[in-house]
Amino acid sequence: MNGSTSPKHPLDSLLRTDRIPHIWCPGCGIGTVFSSSLIAISSTGTDPMKTAVVSGIGCSGRGAGYVKLDSYHTTHGRAIPFATGMKLANPELTVVVFSGDGDLFAIGGNHFIHAARRNMDLTVICVNNLNYGMTGGQAAATTPHRAKTSTTPMGNPEGPFNLPLLAYACGATYIARWTMLHTRDLTQSITEALTHTGFSFIEVLAPCPTGFGRKNKLKNSDLLRIYQEKAIVKNGANPAETILDLEQGITLGKFVEFDRPTFADNYRAVNCD
Amino acid sequence: MEPAVLTGEHFLNGDVACAEGALAAGCRFFAGYPITPATEVAEHMSKRLPRVGGVFIQMEDEISAMAAILGASCAGVKSMTATSGPGFSLMMENLGLGIAMETPCVLVNVQRAGPSTGLPTLGAQGDMMQARWGSHGHYEIIALAPSSPQEIFYQTITAFNLSETYRIPVLIMADEIVGHLSERVIIPESSKIKLQSRPRPTGRKDRFKPFHPGPNGVAPMAHAGEGYMVHFTGLTHDERGYPAMTVEAQTEMMDRITGKIRRNLDKIIQVERYRLEDADVALVSYGISSRSSQAAVDEARERGIKAGLLRLLTVWPFPEDIVRELAKRVKGFITVELNLGQIHLEVQRCAEGRAPALLAGHVGGSAITPEEILERIKELVSQGK
Repeated sequence: MNGSTSPKHPLDSLLRTDRIPHIWCPGCGIGTVFSSSLIAISSTGTDPMKTAVVSGIGCSGRGAGYVKLDSYHTTHGRAIPFATGMKLANPELTVVVFSGDGDLFAIGGNHFIHAARRNMDLTVICVNNLNYGMTGGQAAATTPHRAKTSTTPMGNPEGPFNLPLLAYACGATYIARWTMLHTRDLTQSITEALTHTGFSFIEVLAPCPTGFGRKNKLKNSDLLRIYQEKAIVKNGANPAETILDLEQGITLGKFVEFDRPTFADNYRAVNCD
Repeated sequence: MEPAVLTGEHFLNGDVACAEGALAAGCRFFAGYPITPATEVAEHMSKRLPRVGGVFIQMEDEISAMAAILGASCAGVKSMTATSGPGFSLMMENLGLGIAMETPCVLVNVQRAGPSTGLPTLGAQGDMMQARWGSHGHYEIIALAPSSPQEIFYQTITAFNLSETYRIPVLIMADEIVGHLSERVIIPESSKIKLQSRPRPTGRKDRFKPFHPGPNGVAPMAHAGEGYMVHFTGLTHDERGYPAMTVEAQTEMMDRITGKIRRNLDKIIQVERYRLEDADVALVSYGISSRSSQAAVDEARERGIKAGLLRLLTVWPFPEDIVRELAKRVKGFITVELNLGQIHLEVQRCAEGRAPALLAGHVGGSAITPEEILERIKELVSQGK
């Protein structure tokens, strides 16, 4: 490292390099998901000028701040409705929501289910780190039962959502789950989701050694080992039969991909035909 | 396609007139959630927007409705939502986002009596301080108060114009009575309606700073999809839009978002003076209450009391200087409003003890009558003897 003349990164054109270093902790998995997203965006051939990224609040929510695209860092839980307005106002835009599990599924859960029901043409990438990282590792709607967090010091009395199943029940038309270790599959999925017309959802498991790992006596390498050893890749699996259990196994794959009219298609059909 | 401006003479209720005003102002995106007594605004927009090339969406709640109109505005489309008390409360956080992101949009509150669920079908003006301070943090806001269907039509156009000019969410603080009152509304030819648009960037895209203010303190706005690669955030940010966690950045941003309003008060504030030139008693009122006030002024004059009315078309920013000037020459003020003293606090503040200020207030649920106001006028006159 010689400071002023650091070598150019292949993704620099999509990065606000003047905002680096980022705020993510050592060992955090968000950066890998972020890289996969940028590689996917640059590989789809869609015009970056016509791509907007919308985030909510939290560690993953900071993603919008580092991407050199039109990017909007909104309020906690509200990235999806903001993105909905943006997409409907300018249908030429590819609108990507990049946010975390706490943001999208606790405070923002209502918006997720309705955007999926409407088949709103958005790509939603959820970095699931199993807890609220930015505020210091509290329990989320994705925290495993009995896991320790700073608000469940004796163990989590609640159980987590199975996000792909939730998305499926709500009407999402593209659903995949990967971990940040499966970068090739993940990048491929994000590429497909970006070109898919309709509500696309990708859950990506990423370690949070600072917030989640430490309290559960899991070193970063432990979490990564679990993601590697417990992964069961089952493309096309029925979302109802997928599991996310750090001991039993983690079902990964592209589970759902089909076409049905989007909100905009139906709006035109109902109002204009 | 139907015309967006329905030129002609109509018989409309205030909610529908508001929707027509929005369409005439160029609004082409509406996101809302049903709530009495504002529902008719959404219903009318749902019918009309598809016919003028716009989009209506009924969202899952008022939180998402407010978020959606900000997203639409950031993509370059004039946008609006309409609600009432409980929904207004839910919109407060994203109203703050709109202020921080300097995103134009219009939020209509057809007020009903509160607190909580209150009297959903009956009018009040109890959200006036919430309009000023309901979102957290310190900020400036613009709020208009219409007193009739004709006036809400024009004020909705004004609201969009102010919103675009100053890049700020603008509130229309109507009430159930105006919303549900049907009266004659004349819609002019579209060529007679003056519209403003947000300032837009010129020059090199790679050097554009999305929050660098222009000559009137307002930064040009680039939209998603135009190649400016803007970053907008609710975090305190610098002129590039980048988060900046320092007192200096907070100071600069606050100066920009409050200064663009504070430094243009004379262009923003509109009031009407009725028989005020020689008045001893100045009524200060707005919205539906100003109509009762006008009748009370006439009745007082018939009884030999020199009363007049300062009617606030713009409630926020409050016309401080005008009330201060009046305080130097009138014998007293009476604030007339459908609450127990909200704008009254501002009148008292600006009267600065120079003139007594009474309240003709009402808990909400019905309009205040001219007789009730006249009683307060007599009380004020007798105090002065």
